[in-house]
Amino acid sequence: MSTTTAAVRPSVRWLRRARRTPALVAGTAILVVVGVVAVLAPVIAPYDPASQDLGNGLAPPSAAHWFGTDQLGRDILSRVMAAAATDLRIAVLAALVPLVVGVTIGLVSGYVGGWGDWLIGRVVDTFVAFPFYVLVITVVFAAGAGERGIYLAYALVGWITYARVIRARTRTLCREGWVQAARGGGLSHGRVLFGHLLPNVAPLAVVLLMTEILLIMVAVVTLGYLGLGVQPPTPDWGTMISDGQLFLTTRWWVPTLPGLAVVLTGVGLSLTGDGLADVWRLR
Amino acid sequence: MRWVGRSLLSVVPVVVGVVLCVFFLLRIVPGDPAAMILGERATTASIEALRHRLGLDLPLAQQLSDWLVGVFTRGDVGTSLVTSQPVLGLVGSRAGLTALLVLLSVVFTVLIVVPLALLAATHKDGVLDHLVRIVPTVGMAMPAFWVGLILILLFGVQLRWLPVGGVGTGPGEPLRSLVLPALTVALGMAPPLVRALREQLVEVLDADFVVTLRAARLPSWRVQAHVLRNAAVPTVSLLGLNIAYLIGGTLVVEKVFALNGLGALLFSSISSRDFPVVQGIALVLALAVVGVSLLTDGLVALLDPRVRTA
Repeated sequence: MSTTTAAVRPSVRWLRRARRTPALVAGTAILVVVGVVAVLAPVIAPYDPASQDLGNGLAPPSAAHWFGTDQLGRDILSRVMAAAATDLRIAVLAALVPLVVGVTIGLVSGYVGGWGDWLIGRVVDTFVAFPFYVLVITVVFAAGAGERGIYLAYALVGWITYARVIRARTRTLCREGWVQAARGGGLSHGRVLFGHLLPNVAPLAVVLLMTEILLIMVAVVTLGYLGLGVQPPTPDWGTMISDGQLFLTTRWWVPTLPGLAVVLTGVGLSLTGDGLADVWRLR
Repeated sequence: MRWVGRSLLSVVPVVVGVVLCVFFLLRIVPGDPAAMILGERATTASIEALRHRLGLDLPLAQQLSDWLVGVFTRGDVGTSLVTSQPVLGLVGSRAGLTALLVLLSVVFTVLIVVPLALLAATHKDGVLDHLVRIVPTVGMAMPAFWVGLILILLFGVQLRWLPVGGVGTGPGEPLRSLVLPALTVALGMAPPLVRALREQLVEVLDADFVVTLRAARLPSWRVQAHVLRNAAVPTVSLLGLNIAYLIGGTLVVEKVFALNGLGALLFSSISSRDFPVVQGIALVLALAVVGVSLLTDGLVALLDPRVRTA
């Protein structure tokens, strides 16, 4: 038995372990479904998400409108599907710049140490003490409500988490003998950093990325709810919930169903992150 | 005692950093407060005159130093550009409600986290444990404002147990009005804490001293008290780390429940470009965050003597 496993390629072994991790299987399944719905929304949505039918506003769920209709008679199911495309796209795009910047800063400051590392530590402390929504809301005001503001806000603050975690991990790794051995063997700083340390911290960064996409998605929806995020008429879960809040007492499904879409997507992201952490044995 | 001094000293750069950030961020926000105050029909000359009177035409560095001098010599945080009231008074009149909400949220958070984590850890790998471990996964994915709406629907509209918005008057009413908002914030805070405390409890429950206590026939609730004290340290630190997040979440939840706290003041001040008020709120929030993290540090030291001597 041991001889056969030894002969198996690491990637294949990884996949085998991944398949036996229920959290990862369930999480990716949810994400694939949500992703497919988001991408194919224009094709598979039963109605045009923008088409109004004022005579049929706030209709309860029925065979014709599974999720009912909103105050303007628009089909809520079609809008929830279209909003998946909007909100997921923003969350994923907004997560990219912080990932690259944060991992680089974390790696370099953890590797170099000294005063640069000290400075990064203080900057991170400050941002941790900063009421996050105050900052994001201010930046969104500066850049104007909508997508652009969200990207800018996350480019400014999103790297902090990666920098903090990756820096700590890099410092631990640097104390292990093989880093010194690699340097002593004549490898350049750049090669040690990006050829050897980066692959070692990459799994941690990917797990963090899942949590960050989740948090950004929730923040995008929250900003939409506050009227600072995605602007109408583009469908967005947050604005759908805030519009529906007016009818909470009599038409509970109007604000509830878009919220459930957020929860489902979030559970998918969070299970995937947990599952990956298990497969890579990060805990 | 040296430990206390060192902690106090370490927060100074943090507060200064937050204040500088807010100061410069607000200045790059487009939109002129003078124009906003005077309305659409103001002439360029009257806008210029008001800018001059408010000191908005001074160089940035001088605006900053004037403000800092005011804060440190007279305790004067500034005057609202819109209502001409002192910022400190404005913030103070709203801070009480927000502080009460935060306090109640922390109480609820503890009431949710401790029993759930204990239940999961004492039934490790059982059905209860798996159930409790699913909670954080779902909890993290729920936007706070949406949870608030669901709670309103459940307890306010369906069951009619609690008020759904605003702050009531009469004996006990203000507190009753804060139950649902605080529960909303607590549900958002609890997930990572449940996970952290459960993991710590599992570890401590295996420790030798627990076996000894059990062998000494200590009643199980007393054993659990010892275990909790030992497991609480990382969770309390995590709670301290999340306090900024907690306060930010409170601002959004205030909006859902139409509470007139710091959050409402912040949103209205940002949209009317009332710089001094936003600055004042940021300063107060930063001080609160730092104060609470100092408190949690102190609590950790109280729980764990090793921290004091380190």
